[in-house]
Amino acid sequence: MNTNILIVGVGGQGTLLASVLLGKLALDSGYDVKLSEVHGMSQRGGSVVTHVKISDDKVGSPLIEEGEADIILAFEKLEAYRWLPYLKPDGALFVNTQQILPMPVILGQAKNPENMDQFLEDHAGTIKAFDATQVAVDAGSSKAVNVVLLGAASRRLPFSTDAWLKVIEGSVKEKFVDMNKFAFMKGQLMGSPQ
Amino acid sequence: MGKKIMLGNEAFARGAWEAGVTVVSSYPGTPSTEVTETAAKYDEIHVEWAPNEKVGVEVAMGASLGGARSLSCMKHVGLNVAADPFYTAACTGVNGGMVVLVADDNGCHSSQNEQDSRFHGRSAGVPVLEPADAQECKDYIKLAYEISEKYDTVVLLRSGTRISHSRGIVEEGERVQRDLIPYEKNFMKYVAMPAMARKLHVAQEQRLGQIAEDSCEWEINDVQMGEDTSIGIITSGICYQYAKDALPEASFLKLGLVYPLPKKLICEFASKVDKLYVIEEGQPFIEEQIRSWGVPVAGGKDMFTIQGEYSARMIRQAFGKDSGEETVDTSDAPGRPPLLCAGCPHKGLFYVLSKLKTTVFGDIGCYTLAALPPTSAMDSTLCMGASIGMAHGFEKATGDKTNTVAVLGDSTFLHSGITGLINMCYNEAKGTVIILDNRITGMTGHQQNPASGKNAKGELAPAIDLKTLCQACGVKHVVEIDPFDVKDLEQVVKEETARDELSVIITKRPCAMIVKQPNIPNVITDRCKNCRQCMKIGCPAIEVRDGRPYIVSDTCVGCGLCTRVCPFDAIDQTSKEGK
Repeated sequence: MNTNILIVGVGGQGTLLASVLLGKLALDSGYDVKLSEVHGMSQRGGSVVTHVKISDDKVGSPLIEEGEADIILAFEKLEAYRWLPYLKPDGALFVNTQQILPMPVILGQAKNPENMDQFLEDHAGTIKAFDATQVAVDAGSSKAVNVVLLGAASRRLPFSTDAWLKVIEGSVKEKFVDMNKFAFMKGQLMGSPQ
Repeated sequence: MGKKIMLGNEAFARGAWEAGVTVVSSYPGTPSTEVTETAAKYDEIHVEWAPNEKVGVEVAMGASLGGARSLSCMKHVGLNVAADPFYTAACTGVNGGMVVLVADDNGCHSSQNEQDSRFHGRSAGVPVLEPADAQECKDYIKLAYEISEKYDTVVLLRSGTRISHSRGIVEEGERVQRDLIPYEKNFMKYVAMPAMARKLHVAQEQRLGQIAEDSCEWEINDVQMGEDTSIGIITSGICYQYAKDALPEASFLKLGLVYPLPKKLICEFASKVDKLYVIEEGQPFIEEQIRSWGVPVAGGKDMFTIQGEYSARMIRQAFGKDSGEETVDTSDAPGRPPLLCAGCPHKGLFYVLSKLKTTVFGDIGCYTLAALPPTSAMDSTLCMGASIGMAHGFEKATGDKTNTVAVLGDSTFLHSGITGLINMCYNEAKGTVIILDNRITGMTGHQQNPASGKNAKGELAPAIDLKTLCQACGVKHVVEIDPFDVKDLEQVVKEETARDELSVIITKRPCAMIVKQPNIPNVITDRCKNCRQCMKIGCPAIEVRDGRPYIVSDTCVGCGLCTRVCPFDAIDQTSKEGK
């Protein structure tokens, strides 16, 4: 079993915590796991990506390359589009439909691609696009968007719901545990086949 | 004890702790910072942020003489700053084990160049170790202390972005309890005067020769003969992971020690394979040494680039083993460059400098991002502290200092800007230096510094007063101002850059990430005349919607800077703070 998960978004959106949760879960479940992230300058509102590679064998390179991701969790739509070449032909894309415009677009120096929705729909093996930020807000905080997206993707990963809830319990501050668990369950509902 | 997921940098710190290290002195720099931050969490270790890397290495060397195991961590360009003590400590050798940890940044994720630190190790004449994953980060730093004490040498431990900032499973061990190695006076060893230095150099070359020989037997120089002996690959660090994924059948010599090279082992390996390849990011460091021995290398930098990062796919392609499947093309996605945060105090200053079309000699920090549109308010960035020296040189060359400034942060000023300012005073400059005092070392993730009032462990510490420091150097005109008072700031910049004397402006406002922001979003009202002045500050919260500026309430932190630049008072600030 090898599962590659690419987590993409905009610096400051909480992509790192999502990958750390996945890492702990994989370790607790007896898999080998490697994660790769970038700190520093790109975190200031830039495009950010975290690689998560889980295997029942040994993981070598920590990086996922084009066409190798089983799952992409995209915290923002343009970032989903940017990183789509990394998805396997039969891979699953979970995308938060929230949009954050990059500065060149705000300044009118560049344009977002037209028909991104249709493009994602046409080229992802399977796609689940929804307003994960709104789901997180409904659960109690926009900061829980990472847990919502993990919830949505959880049925495609080899971990039980109990294991997920346990790792959330061990990873967030006590007063936010219930809210995050709730956000996870809401995300799981969103990700279920309709 | 047990297994944990650790960042490579956390594993380095854990290994240092297990090895019994008691003194760490470093300057932050991506991708090395978390080693020192993690070490600071161990009660048994004295951990400090030094004002720069040179001081860090000197402190580590002093601690080594005192008999402790010591560590100094830095990014690749930091080793340039520390090169002076590093090169001579390499000659004198150590008392307690001493490791200098350097993290390179191939791909320039957060750096101004892609320099290859292995050359520093070779040039200084110290052994260089290079781990390939988080577990090895922990194991190699422990080994580095054994090597350091056994061979009486400083050891350079080389990491990189994909090692330092990857997480993996690490098995924890116990901490070694060790006593200080008693310090014995030995001026022939520790006083590097010419007569001693000549002898020390002889001893240094002897121990490097010994290490080259002994390391042929070390487990970290690992021969892995595969089913396929037609391809033999010599590699190290992260490139080992890429190459092993790309060519699992091939034969490998994975080097854990990349200087001095285990010559005998390499020659033996070369004789067992049909064709020898060297796969290393950066310069042909290993390759050229092997070629210089007359050992044929079938492929090295003639197959692989000197620039940027490698990947398994790149290696497969080079060996003609890539399936070549097409992926979708999304290259029309607009770039998303990083930018100064909503509420960032630097925005006020760069709005003003952009408006005044000032020539700005910049420096290293978050504020380097002001070089990008819409502010586009930076003419140069070279290295830590260079803003001041360059502004001074520009003034001396052109005889003109009007509307020209040097700009640098508080931490960068204390790192190596202060010497530039002393030079300006001494050599009678008339320019203007602006210190962005945001009370923290921002870009690397908010580390304390000598002006922030706290130490590396987060405890209260004496804070240097920047104004007094500048005055003590001899600067007569020092102005402190809130960079969000944009109207006053504009006046001050005009006055000070026109003045026929040296001046310093200190803009004081804490980093938006370390103080609570009002978090009540501002609103653009119908008084807006669509002049778009508010868009010139480059705030990520201000977009154009339906042809007019619009504040995205989720992103706005309510700092109020836009309300101050709006000429029509058209932006309402609903919070009490900030106005």
